[in-house]
Amino acid sequence: MSAPYDIVIGLEIHVQLLTQSKLFCGCSTRFGSPPNTQTCPVCIGMPGVMPVMNRRAFELSLRTAVALNCQIATYTKWDRKNYYYPDLPKGYQISQYDLPFSHDGWLDISDPKDKFQPKRVGIIRAHLEEDAGKSMHDEAAGQSDSRIDLNRTGTPLLEIVSQPDMRSALEAKTFLNELKLLLTYLGVSDCNMQEGSLRVDANINLHVHTPDGKVPTPIVEIKNMNSFRAVERALEYEAGRQYQVWQETGRRLGEVPKQTRGWDDQANVTRGQRHKEESSDYRYFPEPDLVPVTVSESQLAEVRAGLGELPAALRTRLEATYGIKPYDSDVLVNQGPPLVDYFVELATLSGDGRLASNWIQQDVLRELNDRQLTIETFPVRPAAFADLLSRVKRGDLDTSRAREVFIDMVSSGRPAEEIIRERGITQVDESELIALCRELLAKNPKILTDIKEGRTKAAGALIGQAKKVNPNVNPSRLLEICLEVAPSL
Amino acid sequence: MSLVDRTAIELLDLMAQGAATSVEITTAYLDQIERYDGAVKSYLRVDRAGALEQAERIDERRKLRQPLGKLAGLPIAIKDVICAQGELTTCGSKILKDFRAPYDAAIIRRLRHADAVFVGRTNMDEFAMGGSTENSAYQTTGNPWDLSRIPGGSSGGAAACVAARMAPLSIGTDTGGSIRQPAGLCGVTGLKPTYGRVSRFGLVAFASSLDQIGPLAKTAEDCALLLEVIAGHDPADSTSVDRPVPAYSQSVRQPLAGLRLGLVREHFAEGLDSEVESAVREAIRVYESLGAKVVDVSLPHGKYGVATYYVIAPSEASSNLARYDGVHYGHRTDLARMNQELAAERAALEKQGAVADLDTPLVRMYRQSRAEGFGAEVKRRIMLGTYALSAGYYDAYYLKALKVRRLIRRDYDEAFAQCDLIAGPVTAAPAFKIGEKSDDPLSMYLVDLYTVSANLAGVGGISIPCGFTAGLPVGLQLQAPPFEEERLLRAAHMFQAATNWHQRFPDLAQTAGAHA
Repeated sequence: MSAPYDIVIGLEIHVQLLTQSKLFCGCSTRFGSPPNTQTCPVCIGMPGVMPVMNRRAFELSLRTAVALNCQIATYTKWDRKNYYYPDLPKGYQISQYDLPFSHDGWLDISDPKDKFQPKRVGIIRAHLEEDAGKSMHDEAAGQSDSRIDLNRTGTPLLEIVSQPDMRSALEAKTFLNELKLLLTYLGVSDCNMQEGSLRVDANINLHVHTPDGKVPTPIVEIKNMNSFRAVERALEYEAGRQYQVWQETGRRLGEVPKQTRGWDDQANVTRGQRHKEESSDYRYFPEPDLVPVTVSESQLAEVRAGLGELPAALRTRLEATYGIKPYDSDVLVNQGPPLVDYFVELATLSGDGRLASNWIQQDVLRELNDRQLTIETFPVRPAAFADLLSRVKRGDLDTSRAREVFIDMVSSGRPAEEIIRERGITQVDESELIALCRELLAKNPKILTDIKEGRTKAAGALIGQAKKVNPNVNPSRLLEICLEVAPSL
Repeated sequence: MSLVDRTAIELLDLMAQGAATSVEITTAYLDQIERYDGAVKSYLRVDRAGALEQAERIDERRKLRQPLGKLAGLPIAIKDVICAQGELTTCGSKILKDFRAPYDAAIIRRLRHADAVFVGRTNMDEFAMGGSTENSAYQTTGNPWDLSRIPGGSSGGAAACVAARMAPLSIGTDTGGSIRQPAGLCGVTGLKPTYGRVSRFGLVAFASSLDQIGPLAKTAEDCALLLEVIAGHDPADSTSVDRPVPAYSQSVRQPLAGLRLGLVREHFAEGLDSEVESAVREAIRVYESLGAKVVDVSLPHGKYGVATYYVIAPSEASSNLARYDGVHYGHRTDLARMNQELAAERAALEKQGAVADLDTPLVRMYRQSRAEGFGAEVKRRIMLGTYALSAGYYDAYYLKALKVRRLIRRDYDEAFAQCDLIAGPVTAAPAFKIGEKSDDPLSMYLVDLYTVSANLAGVGGISIPCGFTAGLPVGLQLQAPPFEEERLLRAAHMFQAATNWHQRFPDLAQTAGAHA
């Protein structure tokens, strides 16, 4: 059921950098302050003021670009992008135009569920720019007032532009997830989409298969998506819509200007947006108030050395060292560095990476979620947890009893040993188990017959009965013994 | 000798000796302003009470033998394009009629630290665009030597107030010659420092890559003192250069031995007024008599200077002036009236079925606010710059201009390999009549012919009085390699030690008195 077209997607991501202060002045970048309380003459473009570059913002950007395998320009300058808009106090935005500080990088993506082939997505460029302010239009209240909040102006944004290398909404979403994870590991952004720390614009068109070859449809830019899920849904919707428009009009790329559409998350549709007051002639020219930035080899080497282990390498290492599957390493790495640290400690202390991985994925993540905890505040530390897992491994207690103990450990913070003693959990003697099996099979001739005739699953019904007799019975061992003894009965 | 005839150095000596107080000096200058500025119109605003209060405080501190700054008690006038906290800064424009800066410019901070006494704000061409100070939205300044003539521009007020002895020191800005040209036409000494020598933070930008703040005074010595105070690195202006500030006021009196003066072939060509030329040549003979050697040099790309300037400066201006949009800064049109007009236009258009062509209220507010707030010359340059930067023309104009700019800089480097300073005229002719060039922007642009190249190349230049023609001052321009202000000032002082052109003052009782 392959579609009669290829989807071509490129992404533009604006990342707010984790700096204390703005890109060209000392104002705070904190989110949520009362309007216009985080401004100074520089960031609101008062007559006579001049910008001074925030070194930290540049360092964080450099770090990101290096992690994205970009070429780093040794000489980079600033440009003015001129346009009129009420939330743009200077009448221009300081950005980078023809000499961005980085270009031509890549990011590898793959789907743990193998829904697409692993691929390398090209990064065209990453550059730094300042954010504009925020307009709040109050027309609904019957007034035509617009209010401007300039707290955001001058906030450092890293704009990352991908090649149009993605071929499905899932690939685009995976790319965004991987990028967000990378940014988190690098510590360059909090990636909070609700607070606007990560904003995504997507460019999408189709290459429709026709008897005369593939025909590209006009490119549409989708804005205003506030989650990766929304990006995925918007792209899926837009691909379908474009195909429909193609069928109706046959319009190709170049025959109509690039359109900007917004995503309506409630209605699940994209809608055409009114064009900005200005056309696309931004009249870029070099910013004369800022000196060019040069990056030395030694500075670059320092950044490379300080990158730390990035998600892709970390996944590979976890798989190789602890014998876990790509799907599992993906889940763990996606949880972020503190959880990975927890896993590594637990796997090492318990001596079983897979067991540690399973328990973390099934039990720890559930508890964290239910109890609204972070791994850093999780009451069961790896050493205590490893003690429990070692007992499970030795067969001292079965999984369901171990889970009881674990939940008790989370609530009470007590060690496993104490809980096990209190609950009277002991290992049931092998001969005792054999006797119990014989007794149960004798009482349940139907099950015995089923087993003998090869329907071994029937034995499962005996577990409940066995537990009533002795709660310490290990279910899996019980089943094994039942199957062993049944043929002789 | 009256206090207003004294140089800043002399006034400091008088105060040090206890022969005069800052209050006496400040009063003398304020009185001079009161007497004659009604006719000269060099000041937009004078702060008599504030100046006297500062003067009193400084006198008090001097009495208590407290440490004082280098300019302690000296009155100074500031071009109205530099921000001072809480004060109006109009830039000679209606659009900033009510703008009060909430912060001090870097040089204002330095001047406060030096204990200068701020007497007032001087008139200028709107946003420093012009060569005659006729583009001020507020008033036209007269040349103190002949009030029917222009004082030069855009720092016309800054030059005229020194020439008219209404301030011993003043601050101007020079984007294409706006300190040197009015200094030359008013017969005072004016220095445009190397780009980056003085912080531009707080200077309302005209063309950021060309603007530079500099001193105007009666003598090179006074300019040296003032430059020493205002120069230096400022962390708030990353284009200001971090290198030590020489003690200009100490070195200025040392003559330069074996000075090689470069005469630019192209400067003495067609268009140069013959009397101006003979005054400049006479000045060069003075230098020769002091031991200087004259070298023939060439600035072959100088002929493109004005054309290059009129692409780059308007381009930057179109961007710098975008913030005066009626939303954030500057005059906003009367919204009630505007909305009424829009409604009327909509009604008319609806009849014709062409409403789509109508401005949105926001666009109309931008357009109308700017149309009302800016003067003709500023609008002309905004349009020039917008055109030069627009897609499709950028390469042909802006980028080409940047390339020529680089060639001009290279010409200077090559010329300075052969000489220590370049000497020549400041302007091709003495001050022209008010209104004479108002309808001819191109001829007005040519008044910067000899000065713009220094801004494009970023080098420093000074204008010193070197003669008269028909009662009007003639200026000699010296230009130096980057950061050689010391050399400029010493050379200027050598000349002033040997001549007395800088000691001539206009007879205001006759020129202004008759007008008053």
